[in-house]
Amino acid sequence: MLAELAVRFILGGLIVSLFSVTGELWKPKTFSGIFGAAPSVALASLALTFAKQGPPVVALLARSMVIGSVALYAYGAACVFATKQESWPVWLAALSSWLAWFAAAAAGLGASAALGARP
Amino acid sequence: MRPKLDPNGLQKTKAWEYLVRFVFGGVITALAGLAAKSWGPVIGGLFLAFPAILPASLTLVSQHDGRRRAIDAARGGRLGSLGLMAFAGVVWMTATRWPPVAVLVAATIAWMAIDGVLWAIRYGRKEQGS
Repeated sequence: MLAELAVRFILGGLIVSLFSVTGELWKPKTFSGIFGAAPSVALASLALTFAKQGPPVVALLARSMVIGSVALYAYGAACVFATKQESWPVWLAALSSWLAWFAAAAAGLGASAALGARP
Repeated sequence: MRPKLDPNGLQKTKAWEYLVRFVFGGVITALAGLAAKSWGPVIGGLFLAFPAILPASLTLVSQHDGRRRAIDAARGGRLGSLGLMAFAGVVWMTATRWPPVAVLVAATIAWMAIDGVLWAIRYGRKEQGS
């Protein structure tokens, strides 16, 4: 278990860093910002899940990831709004917008369950 | 305007800032694995689209280039989520049919293509001359 977590930590850290460096190579910021929403955590996690648990589990993860991506849009919208507030430090605006992600993810999961899509 | 390579962007970043991103990315990837193990893939899958790196990135952008650029980067992140939906959709549709490498490569290409096209539509003209 610990070994697997360590592999996830290192692989995830490396892929996130790679996308982050790639993003910094580009301008304008509206384009480089796209790399902040890159599938970095997903690539590491899905590759390991393919190897350990097989394709059906990967498909389930990906289906939920679609909902997570909608929540990421909500995060982005909240973040744009909050970052525009001059009285808020940017770090606080970006971190507090996580609440929008959690709310949208929970709502999406609830809607999915209500529609009978949950396994 | 087209996106341009700007190698100077790397020079602004200090070593500890790369370390912060590495740690953020590593911790979130490990937590996503723990979530999938503890609560199953339905909950775990949500965290594959968690905005792990954006708070650190936006904070560093604001320190290096100011708030206005940080807002632009947040706009980019918002748009990037649409490409991530395409990534997830491709994996969902192909995971049980294609070899793993083909699935991940196709999904990554879908992410890049969707985000590239949407950026060109949304910002390509607007950013002309800026």
